[in-house]
Amino acid sequence: MKFGILVNEGPYTHQASDSAFQFTKAALEKGHEIFRVFFYHSGVNNGTRLTTPPQDDRNIVNNWSELAAAHNLDLVVCVAAAQRRGIVDPDEAKRNSKDADNIAPGFRISGLGQLIEAGIQSDRLVVFGD
Amino acid sequence: MILHTVNKSPFEKNSLERCIESAKDGAAILLIEDGVYGALNNTAYSDMAQNAMKTVKIYALAPDVQARGVGDRVLDGVELVDYNGFVDLAESHSKVQAWL
Repeated sequence: MKFGILVNEGPYTHQASDSAFQFTKAALEKGHEIFRVFFYHSGVNNGTRLTTPPQDDRNIVNNWSELAAAHNLDLVVCVAAAQRRGIVDPDEAKRNSKDADNIAPGFRISGLGQLIEAGIQSDRLVVFGD
Repeated sequence: MILHTVNKSPFEKNSLERCIESAKDGAAILLIEDGVYGALNNTAYSDMAQNAMKTVKIYALAPDVQARGVGDRVLDGVELVDYNGFVDLAESHSKVQAWL
């Protein structure tokens, strides 16, 4: 079955990003397809590579990046939510004259249409957030 | 039938209450994160959950129950599932509706 995942909450906030990650991992291990993981609202903060959590804590951003690399996941960050919160890829940095970018490996910035498409193309859209 | 997910404690928000009001007979409610506090006995919301179970099936995510140390207080009739069980429930219901 094809799942779409929507994450509306940043890492280390409550538990939504952890829950979404564990659900996605379990679905992949069961042989399901993840059509896309879409990060919206504060959820875009899952996509910065500049986090440094304590060594004995889970690294939520790296967990997503590693899962994406292992399963060729499409991790999409909402562009408007990202601009508000300073999540930037090289193209966005150039377009908005920023001096740096911070997008984590495996994530890409795109529009809300990607969420709509995930809703249409997936058999189930599962939402995690606040 | 719809799988409803509730991730807030009933002591924090009224999402579980609203969800129960809206859930049709035969639907399923999965309590995750702080939502698992809605699945406990001897609380102000135990009766609400108990009554709901006459018409809907209530599940609670076991890792979240265990993380909160309330494994011995889960209401009779509430079924505990792990993340694999969560995926199975999402697959076996036609839609998944999150009450945030």
